[in-house]
Amino acid sequence: MNVSVTSIPVARATHEHGHAHDAGSNTVLGFWIYLMSDCLIFSCLFATFGVLAENTAGGPSGRELFDLPYVAGETLLLLISSFTFGMAALGMHAGGRDRMITWLAITFLFGAGFIGMELQEFTHLIAEGAGPGRSAFLSAYFTLVGTHGLHVTAGLGWLAVMMHQAIRFGLDDVVRRRVACLSLFWHFLDLIWICVFTFVYLRGVL
Amino acid sequence: MSGSSVAAHAAHDASHGSVKSYVVGFGLSLVLTALSFGTLMSGLVPHDMALGTITILAVVQLLVQLVFFLHLGAAPEQRNNTVIFLLSTLLIATIVSGSLWVMHNANVNMMPTQMTLERAMSKD
Repeated sequence: MNVSVTSIPVARATHEHGHAHDAGSNTVLGFWIYLMSDCLIFSCLFATFGVLAENTAGGPSGRELFDLPYVAGETLLLLISSFTFGMAALGMHAGGRDRMITWLAITFLFGAGFIGMELQEFTHLIAEGAGPGRSAFLSAYFTLVGTHGLHVTAGLGWLAVMMHQAIRFGLDDVVRRRVACLSLFWHFLDLIWICVFTFVYLRGVL
Repeated sequence: MSGSSVAAHAAHDASHGSVKSYVVGFGLSLVLTALSFGTLMSGLVPHDMALGTITILAVVQLLVQLVFFLHLGAAPEQRNNTVIFLLSTLLIATIVSGSLWVMHNANVNMMPTQMTLERAMSKD
């Protein structure tokens, strides 16, 4: 009886440890499944855009509106931010908290630069009279590109929170798990952007 | 012993990446992006081949980033993510190609006729 009483806490401790470890990897897997469902949202928006791309209702078409060098600049900013996030993830796996935070801050700056350029582009289009209400093509364009922009903005908020948590709590298991999820999210948004610049902008000026 | 630790290290690299894998992925992405924009901005590629070229370049860049940035692969700890991704790709291909196909057919076969609004409303 005495033996079983003392063994219970030990058994529970090992059980909880094993459970916590499983929960960690399951969280990242679950987050991946969420990203795939997010991917389905984007694929519906891409399909909508593909269907409506020619319906300009007598308004401006992509060829008149899109400025390819500007889009190349946006693409470059997002691509660099994806690389710098990779450096942050490597810093985290090496256990370098300050190294990770520095790279996350650099990633934040490039991501914010991307959002700044996109807002500038949207205000320019709306000022030209090519707002989302002008034609079905522009409604689909603003919905698709805007949804991606909202995701990046959410990612920026998440980056800021993770930098704060890493400073406050250090690189504990929870912070590591959250940064691992954010890493997937950030790289995923770069993948979506590849489809955006190819099938919206480049296809639009074709 | 050393063999198993090398294998463990390789598996570790596979799921987290290394500086080298990120640099290679970044370099390839830069080149592929430049080729995509160059295809249209230089005008070197014939117009009827341009869409095919940028589509292929986009697919290659997606694969590059999936392998080098998102660490998809056939290693045991990557397998779950890879299988889920492949299933999602199937769903996405169905949604996108199905929508485009159906709506293209609708556009071709159900173009507006010369019928006036008044005639249509009187169900003539």
